[in-house]
This record gives sequence, C-alpha cells and structure tokens, in this order.
Amino acid sequence: MQIARETLLRSYRAMRTIRMFEERLHVEFATGEIPGFVHLYCGEEASAVGVCANLTDNDTIASTHRGHGHCIAKGVGVAGMMAEIYGRSTGVCRGKGGSMHIADLACGMLGANGIVGGGPPLICGAALSHKTLRDGGVAVAFYGDGASNEGSTLESLNLASVWNLPAVFVVEDNGYGEATGASYACAGTQQARAAGFGMPYIECDGSDYFAVHQAAGEAIAHAREGRGPVMLHVHLARWYGHFEGDAMTYRAADEVANARRDHDCLKLFRTRVTEAGLFEGSELDEVDAAVADEIEAAVVQAKDDPLPQSADLLADVYVRY
Amino acid sequence: MSKKSFRQAINEALRQEMRRDPTVILMGEDVAGGRGGSAGIKDAWGGVLGVTKGLLEEFGDTRVLDTPITEASYIGAAAGAAVTGLRPVAELMFVDFVGCCLDQIMNQAAKFRYMFGGKARTPLVIRAMFGAGFNAAAQHSQALYPLFTHIPGLKVVIPSSPYEAKGLLISAIRDDDPVIFLENKVMYDEEEDVPDEPYAIPFGEANLTREGRDVTIVAFGRMVGLANQAADRLEKKGISCTVIDPRTTSPLDRDTILECVADTGRLVIVDESSPRCNMATDIAAIVAEEAFDTLRAPIRRVVPPHTPVPFATVLETLYLPSVDRIEAAVTATMAHRVVEKV
Ligand SMILES: Cc1ncc(C[n+]2csc(CCOP(=O)(O)OP(=O)(O)O)c2C)c(N)n1
Ligand SMILES: [Mg+2]
Repeated sequence: MQIARETLLRSYRAMRTIRMFEERLHVEFATGEIPGFVHLYCGEEASAVGVCANLTDNDTIASTHRGHGHCIAKGVGVAGMMAEIYGRSTGVCRGKGGSMHIADLACGMLGANGIVGGGPPLICGAALSHKTLRDGGVAVAFYGDGASNEGSTLESLNLASVWNLPAVFVVEDNGYGEATGASYACAGTQQARAAGFGMPYIECDGSDYFAVHQAAGEAIAHAREGRGPVMLHVHLARWYGHFEGDAMTYRAADEVANARRDHDCLKLFRTRVTEAGLFEGSELDEVDAAVADEIEAAVVQAKDDPLPQSADLLADVYVRY
Repeated sequence: MSKKSFRQAINEALRQEMRRDPTVILMGEDVAGGRGGSAGIKDAWGGVLGVTKGLLEEFGDTRVLDTPITEASYIGAAAGAAVTGLRPVAELMFVDFVGCCLDQIMNQAAKFRYMFGGKARTPLVIRAMFGAGFNAAAQHSQALYPLFTHIPGLKVVIPSSPYEAKGLLISAIRDDDPVIFLENKVMYDEEEDVPDEPYAIPFGEANLTREGRDVTIVAFGRMVGLANQAADRLEKKGISCTVIDPRTTSPLDRDTILECVADTGRLVIVDESSPRCNMATDIAAIVAEEAFDTLRAPIRRVVPPHTPVPFATVLETLYLPSVDRIEAAVTATMAHRVVEKV
C-alpha cells in the first residue's frame, strides 16, 4: 500500500513529538517538579502512530497508564498535555487527572487509564455506539501484554465477537508488565487467544512504522466494513523503566541498548524514506527542529501556567446534582 | 527494640509469621518481581514499594508467588486457598484495584462462614495501600475502608504507625476470618521503635494515644498522627483532647469511644475517606444513638469533600483533612453553647 507523502510527514512528526515529549519528561521528572506517576512510551512510538494514521477524529481509542504516545498520535495538543502533567488549570483535564488520565473526547481519545484492563470494555461500548449510530467509526483498544491477562480484557474479546463490533484490540507487547516478563505471565499465545474468541489475528514489528501502518490498516478496514473485531499484536520494547524511578534491575544490561540501536522506529523510518528518495534528510531535520521548539514552548508555558483554584475542587463531579 | 520504618515493620511481621507457620504464603503482582525478565534475577522489586523485599530469598517461590495482572483470579485463588488449608496474604497493591476483584472478596470470602452454616474458616489477609497525598490521582488514591467495613464477614485494619502495623499484621495473619489490611502509602518511610520479637495487637481494642478533658477526637491511620499534632497545638491554647485510634473499623471498639465521649462531651471524627457513609458517619450515628445525653456540642466531622481525589497538589491538599482543619473543628466544638429551649 502506498502511503501519501503528507501522511508520512505527519506520522514522522507525531513520532518525533512523542519521542521528544517523553525524553523531556524524563529529564524534568528527575528535577522533582512533576507530581505523581509518569510512565514513558519511548521506543513504542510507531505503534500508536502507525495505528492512528488509519483513524480519524470520528474514531475512538482507549489508552493505558502509558498513554502520552496514544494521545499525541490521536491529535491531543502537546501544550494541554504538558500543562496537565504539571497539574495546571490549563491542562486538558484542568489539572484534575494528570499523566495517567489525559483524555480528549473531542478527538476520540477516551483517556489514558490508571486501571490495567480498564480500556478494552470501554472500547466495546464505543464500538457499540459507532455501530448503533452508523457513523462509520471504529473503536481501538490499546493495551499491554500485562493487561492481556486481565479478565476484563478477555471478556471484551468475547463480547466484541459476540456482538460483531467494529473494534480492534491492539496488544502492545513490550515483554513486561512492571517488573515481570511476559514469558512468565502470559500463558499460551496472543494468537491462540484471538483464535479462541473467533477473531482474526495480525502481528507486526512495532519498530517498523510501515509494518504497523499496513497491519493496522487491514485490521481497521476489516472492522470498519462490519466484519467484526480483529486483534493486532505489536511487538515492542520499552526504553525506560516501568515508571520513572524504576532502576530496571530485571532487564539484561544490553537489552535497552540493543533496542535503541537496532529497533529505533525513528531511525528506521528516516533511513527508509530517504533511501527511497521520498524525503531529504534536511526536510526531516526541519521537522525535528520545529518539534523541539514546540516541546520547549510547552514546558515553559506549563511551568508558568496558573494552578487550579480552590473552587475547582468541587466542580465537575456531576453534570447536575 | 530498634527503629523501623512502616515498610520494615510490615516486612518483619510477614517474615516472622512465615517462619512460624509454613502454611502462610504471599501472592501478588511483583511481590518478588523479575520473573521472566532478561536479567534472569528474582526479587527485583519485592513489591512496587519494596515492602516484601527479601522474602522470596528466604521462603522461595512456592511461598512467595508472583501473579500475572489478574486480580479477580488471584484474589479469588487466595480466598479458595484460605478455605482449604493455607493462610494466604494477598497483596492487591493499590486498594483502588479492588474494582477488579470485589466479587471474590464481597460475595465469596466474606460470606463463606455464614452461608455455609459456620463450617468454613477463611484465614485470608488482603494487604493494600490506600490514601491521597501522592498526586496519584483519582484511581490510585482512594481510602476505601468504609466499603469493606460495610460488608459483614470482613475484618478491616488500619495501622497508624510502624509499631501498630507489625502487631496488627501478625494478628491479621493469625486470624481465622478474612482481614483487609490497609496501609496508608504516605507512611512507608515513617519510623519509630518497634520490638524485634513478634507480638500481636488484638482487633477491636482502641488505642488511647492521648487523654484529655475537653474533646474526644477519633481518627484512623495516618489521621491519628495529624490529630495528635492538632492536639499539641490546642494544648497550648488550654484545650485538652483525647485522641482515639480504633485500629480496626470492623470490629469497632464502640465502648472506648462512648466512654471517652461521656467524659468529654464533645466529639470530632477525622476520616480521610469520602464523606458519605464513611467511618465518621458511622461513629456519629453510634454516639448520637447511645450517648446523646452526654453530648455538649454537635458532633463534628473532618472529612474530604464528596469528590474523586484530584491530581494537582493544590487541590489534593485542599481535599485531605489537615492539622489546621482538625484544630478548627475542635475549636468550633468548644465554642458551641447550648441554648436552653423556652
Ligand atoms: C487493575 C490494575 N492492576 C495493577 C495495576 C498496577 N500496574 C500499573 S501498570 C502495570 C503493568 C502493566 O503492564 P502492561 O499491560 O504490559 O503495560 P506496560 O506497562 O508494559 O505498557 C501494573 C501491574 C493497575 N494500575 N491496575
Ligand atoms: Mg507490557
């Protein structure tokens, strides 16, 4: 499948934005200025972006505790995200949610999630809305290898099949749930799980944007055409600890270094598009520079933005009460 | 006797009970950690906050079991194992995750004994951390002890210091009923002198952390420390307080609370859980019903607002009960004057 030049440029920019956003957070978190838990998505960018490049604002996604990448890929603004992570009233959730709860329903982003396995059932509901309202939309659940063991996830695979929902279940398999390896925690295979619930299964290398784009394109088209849910298994590596502050003693010393060297989705993307003569390196450098400016501006702005007011504490518990 | 943190006190209680009784086992997500990891090491974490560190080394992986992320099944497995001969201590990590496994606690473990006509024993302990103060936001900060207290068949423990944690956890493990043991996550580094040898603190016996004439303060967990700080300040202003730590919300030591209220005639309850149907409302109801005639002022509750826990520090600080708010409530109850009806 030929991907439009414009799409490629947008995807590159989104992946670079995620990378720089996360690397900046890694630095800023160490200063102690960022409150709460932060889980970084670095190294996994091509998954969120390759999938979301096949979606529009009319489609819905649900994310996880490691949600910044999904947010950016689905079009949530970087400034509002950064402000949220800093707990400012200008944040996308007005400082009430923080890193783990960034959501923007206007662009079909149902939220990061503090509860592992929280997303897949919600995606069944979003898919039901798309199907019932006949709006042509598809709902996509991103969830980890760890989350694939939650009852809520397995039940959702079944429900989506039983109701023939326009849903795609994207297992982001980075080999770990916290400090425990997937080889210990996941019995059988994801493929067999998909088969067990009667849905097609596609797997791909998550460091290859083109592979993800292709596989997700097929899965999403299948769901969109009313042919039922699909499982998309994306193989990934996470480059930082489970959360910021995790020393990662459970991983071999060279595991992350190797992933960075051989499976950097941004490097691979650049090589591929420049070798194919689609882009000059300098064009991509310009994107990098623009993204760097955008992230810098977002951090400066977030640090300077107003804090929530005391009245905000009581606001928005209900629509009416 | 030596200085131990809240974390170390809990670890020591687990270790000593596991040495004493080979049927005591631990399970939970990353209670050891590292399994299946490329470094090939075990005990990488010892729990997300290191509370169970080192137990794998001593007791091995038949007694310290890492689970997949699958609360409904491992909490249920702990209940099933408890009713068939083991004494599991299952760690739920954040108490908020009870949303994923409440059935196994509420409809299964809690009800076995009664439903089965008194034939079952379910010596299960579920440990979990709770509470706001970490910017952990709405899904990782709740204080759900009233939820458990509401369920007949469960016992509910909230230790207020390292000393209390060790003695209460030992009692929890030796208890033949299901016990929910709730650790305020802000307290893990707090230290105090804790005996090295095992000791058990009985359930349902409140601890009078301070005795005074004017106002009775009932507080739970970390709030006991805040109540005592407020009492220190009030002492300087000539107001003397009794501070009660009930230790367990179920069973609840009603007698001690009623006796203290009879002495002081004034009651302030400090509870960091959501304000509707929480421990403060429960105790207020008991006192209103049983000790109405001894009250000289309306009961006051220092509680959070009826909202989820917010993320931003400014809002989270406002959300939680504080020393200032406790002091203000005590001052207000002292200022109350009974007006005679004409
Ligand atoms: C219901 C529930 N259980 C446990 C946790 C604690 N927790 C947060 S992230 C995580 C690991 C998730 O692993 P995975 O799904 O593979 O996602 P990854 O972190 O690798 O992106 C765990 C156990 C939680 N937040 N919610
Ligand atoms: Mg994972």
